[in-house]
This record gives sequence, C-alpha cells and structure tokens, in this order.
Amino acid sequence: MATAGTARTPAAATPRAAQAGRLSTVEAVRRMAPYWLTVSLRTWRGSVVSAFLAPVFYVVAMGVLLGGFIDSDPARLEGAPTYLAFIVPGLVAGHAMQTAVADTSWPVFSNFKWNRVYDSMVATPITVRQVAVAHLFFVWVRVTVVCAIFDLVVAPFDVYAAWWSPVAALGAQSLTGLAFATLMYGYSCRISSDAAFGVVFRLAVFPLFLFSGAFFPVANLGPVGEVVAKLTPLWHGVNLSRTCSLATLEPGTALLNVGVLLAVAGLGAWWATSGLERRMAS
Amino acid sequence: MSAARPAAARLRVLPLTSWQATLLLVERNAITYRSEWKLFITGFLEPVFYLLSIGIGVGQLIDTFEFNGQQVPYAEFVAPGMLAASAFNGALLDSCFNFFFKLKHQRLYDSVLATPVGTGDVARGEVVWGQLRGGSYSAAFLVVMLLLGYIHTWWAVLALPAALLIGFAFSAMAMACTTWFTSWQDFEKVTLVQVPLFLFSATFFPVTAFEGWLRWVVECTPLYRGVVLCRELTTGAVSVESAISVVYLLVMGTIGLVVVRRRLGTLLLT
Amino acid sequence: MIQARGLRKTFGEGASAFEAVKGIDLDVRRGEAFGFLGPNGAGKSSTMRMIAAVSPVSGGELSILGLDPATDGPAIRARLGVCPQEDTLDSELNVRDNLVIYARYFGISRSDARDRADELLELVNLTEKARAKVDDLSGGMKRRLTIARSLVNRPDLLLLDEPTTGLDPQARHVLWDQLFRLKQQGVTLVITTHYMDEAEQLCDRLVVMDKGVVAAEGSPADLIRQHSSREVAELRFGLGDGHDDTNPHETHAAGVAAYGDRVEVLPDRLLVYSADGDAVLEAVHGRGLRPVATLVRRSTLEDVFLRLTGRTLVD
Ligand SMILES: Nc1ncnc2c1ncn2[C@@H]1O[C@H](COP(=O)(O)OP(=O)(O)OP(=O)(O)O)[C@@H](O)[C@H]1O
Ligand SMILES: [Mg+2]
Repeated sequence: MATAGTARTPAAATPRAAQAGRLSTVEAVRRMAPYWLTVSLRTWRGSVVSAFLAPVFYVVAMGVLLGGFIDSDPARLEGAPTYLAFIVPGLVAGHAMQTAVADTSWPVFSNFKWNRVYDSMVATPITVRQVAVAHLFFVWVRVTVVCAIFDLVVAPFDVYAAWWSPVAALGAQSLTGLAFATLMYGYSCRISSDAAFGVVFRLAVFPLFLFSGAFFPVANLGPVGEVVAKLTPLWHGVNLSRTCSLATLEPGTALLNVGVLLAVAGLGAWWATSGLERRMAS
Repeated sequence: MSAARPAAARLRVLPLTSWQATLLLVERNAITYRSEWKLFITGFLEPVFYLLSIGIGVGQLIDTFEFNGQQVPYAEFVAPGMLAASAFNGALLDSCFNFFFKLKHQRLYDSVLATPVGTGDVARGEVVWGQLRGGSYSAAFLVVMLLLGYIHTWWAVLALPAALLIGFAFSAMAMACTTWFTSWQDFEKVTLVQVPLFLFSATFFPVTAFEGWLRWVVECTPLYRGVVLCRELTTGAVSVESAISVVYLLVMGTIGLVVVRRRLGTLLLT
Repeated sequence: MIQARGLRKTFGEGASAFEAVKGIDLDVRRGEAFGFLGPNGAGKSSTMRMIAAVSPVSGGELSILGLDPATDGPAIRARLGVCPQEDTLDSELNVRDNLVIYARYFGISRSDARDRADELLELVNLTEKARAKVDDLSGGMKRRLTIARSLVNRPDLLLLDEPTTGLDPQARHVLWDQLFRLKQQGVTLVITTHYMDEAEQLCDRLVVMDKGVVAAEGSPADLIRQHSSREVAELRFGLGDGHDDTNPHETHAAGVAAYGDRVEVLPDRLLVYSADGDAVLEAVHGRGLRPVATLVRRSTLEDVFLRLTGRTLVD
C-alpha cells in the first residue's frame, strides 16, 4: 500500500509524523499504548494476589480484628469514628505507593538491562523522554485502577463520611502513586545492579509504609517523630486520603498536601526522564 | 600411578562426613553473601520497624492484653509475635526465592551433585545457612527487646532456639514446596499463603479475636504455634502447649527435609 | 576402570517411557582414552551421566573404578572429574571462587584448594579473569573454566562430554595437548564428541553409538579398516537438466557403482569407496561424466559411521 502511494504522490503518502520530523508527546504515548496494554493484559493475573488480596488481608487483620480491641474514640483517631475508618484510607494510600514503587523498580530496570524493550522503542521516532513519560503514565493508570477497585470494595463498610469522599480520596491516592512512581523510576535508572532495590525497599519504602500515619496517628510518634513523619511525602498522601475519606478537610492543610505531592511528582518527572536519558546514552 | 604424578601427593581428597558436606554448602553461600552485606544488615531491621510501628504506634491506642492469665502491655505482646514472624518471613525468602533461583535458573545443584556431596547434604546445607542468617537476626531482635525493657524472665533465653526451630520448620517445608514450582508465576501462591499466615496467626492480636471453629483452625496453623511459643517464653507463661508447639514444628521440619531430599533426587539424579 | 554389561537407561514410566540406552557393553581400561561417537540423541550423555554416578542405572550392570554406583556414589565421584555437556558454573561466584569452592566439595583443604585453583587458571589461560564474574566470560572461556573445574580433584577418571564445543581452533588444540599429557600421567579419559578429527587424535579406542546401542567398537584405525575402504572419491554433480525434484546424485549412483567397492548417496554429493580414489576419478571422467567438483581423501570415522548407520554424523 505504502509503495503504491509513494509511486503516485510521494510527499502525501509519507506518514504524517515523519513528515513533521518530531512527534508530539501525546502522539508518542498513543503509539506506545498498545504495548503497555498488551503487557498489562498478559500480567494482571499474576499480580492479583499482591495487588488486591494482600491489602484486603491487611484491612481485615488490622482494621477489623485488631480494630475490635481499639476504642472508637474520634479524639484519639484524628476524627475517625472507628479504627477501621481510620486505617482504610491510610492503607490504600500506602498501597498506592507500594504498587507504584513495585511497578517502577524491577520492571524498569529490566527494560533497559535484561529484555531491552526501551532499546527497541527508541530505535523509532519516539524519544527517550517520551518513553519514560509513557511508561510512567501507564504505571499511574494502573495504580489508579487498583486503588479505585479497592475504594469500591470497602465502600459498604461505613468508611466514607460523605458521598464525594471516595472520589476525592481516590484522587489523593492516585497523586501519591504518581509521586512515588516518578521517584522510584529515576532511582531505577541510576543504579548499576538490581541488588540496590533490596536496600531501598527495606530502608525507605517499608519504613515509610509503617511510620507515615497509615496505621496510627503520627502524634503517637512523639513531638520529634511527628515532625519527621510530616516531612515525608507519604504522610501528605495518607493525610489527604484520610481527610477526604472522613470529610474533615481543612483548606490550608489540604492545599499543602496537594502542593507537596504535586511538587514531588514534578521534580520526580524531571528526575525520571533525565535518569532514563542518561542511562540510554551510556 | 601416583609415581607418575608426583604433584598428586600434595593434594589430598578426603572422604567427607555428612556434617562437613553440609558446612561446605554454607561456606559457598557465605562467599556469595560477602558482596551483599548491605542486604544482610538491613534484613534485621524489618521486625524492629514492625515492633516500633505497630507495637508502639498502634500500641498507644490499646491498653493491655490478657495472655495465659497475665496482663501484657501491647508492645510486649506484639514483640514475640514479630520475633516468630521474622523467622518465618526470612525462611520463606531464602527457601522459596533463593532456593528456586539456585535450583532452576542457576542449576547450582547439578554441579554440586557431581561431587561427593549428596542430596541430603544440599538440603541440610541450605537449611543450616538459612538458620545462621535468621538466627543472627533473632538474637539481635531479642537484644532490642531487652533494651526496650520487654523481657522480665530467663525463659526468654529459650526464645532464640524457638525462633531457630520456627525457621527450620518453615525453611524445610517451603523448600519442599518450591521443588514443585515451575516458574516465577508460582510465587504469587507463596504470597497468598505468606500474608494471611503473617497477619492472622495471633501476631498482632490475641487469638480470642476468632470465634468457634475459626479459632480452632488458627490454633492448628504452624506460624500460630511458633508465635505462641515465643510469646510464652518471652512472657514466662510457659505451659504444656509450649511442648506441643515444639513437637509440631520439629515434625514439620523433619518431614520437609525428607521431602526435599527425595525431590532433589528425582529432579536432578535422573 | 569401567565395566558395563547390558547397561540400560529408561526415562519416564509406563506409556511415556523412553529407552535412551538399550543394553550396551563397555570395557574401559586404566590409562586409556575412550571415546563415544554418535549423532544427536544417540544416548552418549545418558551413558556418561550413569558413569558419573549421578544418574541411576535402569538395567544391566555397571561398575566404575571397581565400585557400584548405586551404593558407592560419593566414593566414585570423589575420584571422578566431570565436564558436563552444558556448563553448570556457579554464577554467584567469581571465576576463581568457582574452582576453590568446587575443590572444597571434594574435601580438599582451603589452602590446597586455592593453590589448585591458581594452577588450573594458569593451565586454561584464565588467570587474568580470576576475579571476573562468570556471566561476563565468553562462551569459550566458560567452557575452559568448566574443564578446569573437572580437574580440580586430580581425578583418576576424567569424563568429558563434548569438551571442545564452542572453543576456537587454538583453544581446542591446547586442550588436546593437555588431555594428552593427562593421559600420559595415567589419567583415564572418557570423551564424547561430534568431531571426527578429535576422536581420531585423542582416542585409543571408541564406540560408535546410535539410537541407544553400540554399532561398532575398536581403535579408530581398526574401525576404518573394518568398515571402510582406504580412500574415498567425493563427486558433486550439478542440478539435473530440467527434472528439478530428483537428486542428481541418485541418478548418477548406478552409473559409477562399478568403479568402487561401494557407493553412498548424500543429498549434496556422491561418495565412492575404493582403495584407489584417483583411479575412480579417472574412470568417471573416462565415461564422460562431468561432476562440478571432485575430491579424493582418506577414509575417516565419518565414513564408518555412514556405513554403520546410513546417516551422517553431524546433521
Ligand atoms: N532427563 C531426560 N528425560 C527424558 N528423556 C531424556 C532425558 N535425557 C535425555 N533424554 C532422551 O534420551 C535420548 C538420548 O539423549 P542423550 O542426551 O544421551 O543424547 P546424546 O547422545 O548425548 O546427544 P547429543 O549429541 O545431542 O548430546 C534423547 O532422545 C533424549 O531426548
Ligand atoms: Mg550429549
């Protein structure tokens, strides 16, 4: 078909983008979409347990069973009527971080080290930066979908204070996922051996999950601990998710939370794209 | 013949006792770990983080729990649970992921079995190595518990062998299961078993949270036996049940070892 | 050293059972170099693994170094050196540690193991790579390391399953030379190979295996004498005029049959066996036939194999 076209009107038959010389990022992401869709369709089955079942187990064990031993005192639970209502939005935000980080660690490293998918992508008109943006975009979509399903599942258990709570909380969780996806992406591009992941998971991801207010009010960490916890991006995600869920938003704090997450995501996007550019150049 | 090969006189190939053969596998693993000391050190932090987060952070929302007739503060209640759970998690990591890698990807044991070292030595060597690592984490964790003032009884000294016993039982059993795995996809099944055992084995709350038959089921699971055993020892509330737990875990580990040995034979010596 | 009577190996059970080795007899004497020759799937590796005491015997008798592999496995393996067909190096250890740790599995003391490792690295020319990761070696280097590893315990009996596959010609000749020296030191060698030249150079005696049975046995020269003529004339004819699908060599086979003792038709050439190859060529030309290429050479084990099995060795 293309050859026939070339014979008649060469210029008109050349694909539009090649003619333009440069692809727009939106067009590049659109072109990579079939790849990422195929990959997610092929692998979703293998991640059902860690993506959906594991957090449900956490909610039941901590929220329901352990929560049964905890007094339902809003004054000690940042305004939550029950421990379950307190922990669920925090856990989902923490889970957003973990999913994002898991999707941008080994999978990214493997794409330039082992199966070399990136190499084949940049051998086309797509640029390195666009490759990074597209991958991050699809991680973001996946994290958002995972959190949305989760928010739906817990809806019947009286954890939302207002009709708009789940939607707003999902926004907070999705933003949290994006921020951490970009950070981890940039890190993955800059390490030389995948052994470095073990250390960062144990020293950064895991402590963040445990101490950023998902399981208990950060006030319980003492004055210093509380300040430190509030400096972490995950606390901002957890707090935003929780205040949305409990409908206890205060404009000042909410704006701060959103601002911090957006700033991290923005910086992270630069850190990620420049990381991949450096990696692909070497 | 040796006259024609003078150099051979220098090299003595000695018959190995099975204990020596076991330690050779440990030596091999220790060498590979030299470059991964960061991973080794940080592994110890996991239970400590849990203890500080759940035990202390969440603990402030909870008063005390009754355990074998004693009132136990929440953090002291959770700490032995974390001791047992970390032995359990470490055993699974070693015996599922690392063992699978060596067995199926690296095909390490194919070459080992071409030497005088046998399948039983391989099984024992891997378990002993796992316990050396897990045991040092457990010992360090007990020191942390002591420093935080959670230990008031000499029985607690026995919590270290108890943690080793838990590690042994789960290492051997997990290795046995891993011999049937064919791809990394199978590890999703490990998570499916690991997470519920970790969360529902009375690690974070008393078994009284379960009612009726459910409680019976929980009391029969291996990690529950390990958790109560550790808790009985660190709180000093030792009972007949402690002995039941010990026997339970010993039997489980021994069965696991026998199965691993057999399976390595059928997989590699064909 | 090795004695086998009616040795069998069956994989699987019941309906899906597959007999890879179907009752072979072997006698390998101390100090000799013994070869297994055969096409893919002949059962060479299966036999080697039984001799290495890592694969249980399914039937018949097998004695290695006077011991029974079923009961004395560890004692046999302690005196054996094994270079398996596929490299099984330890990718988590560096090159030198691969040798040191492997030596330790034989109960060799740590200091002896280190000395031995350095000595062997020198031998296979890998001293510079001592600290390298195994994964960073080239295929041929890995092969050399595997061969070095098989020597770590100064074995009495060395089993080499296709040792030179993947080696460059120079490394191959170096290895032949080393194996020759080992043999002179009294080490018994058992080698499988697809290379005729290798078998002819290295082996005192060999068996040709095919489909799990021994097709012939003897020294390379004996085998050639018994199963082939002294020389071979190879004739290659161009494609026939018009009749596309038929092999032109088949068409010509009957015509040249009279000039030699025997004729073999291959897809790409015609082999005429005779004591005097040049005479065959002359006769062929005399008859007015015009092959596009001709070659006269001495008979090799390849011809023996062709004669015995009707197939070429390396397909
Ligand atoms: N573990 C096994 N399970 C089932 N069948 C096997 C096994 N190992 C070998 N076989 C079969 O036994 C036959 C002989 O295999 P073997 O490896 O001994 O051949 P070989 O002579 O070494 O061939 P090659 O020249 O390709 O190395 C083959 O048909 C093979 O498929
Ligand atoms: Mg073979």
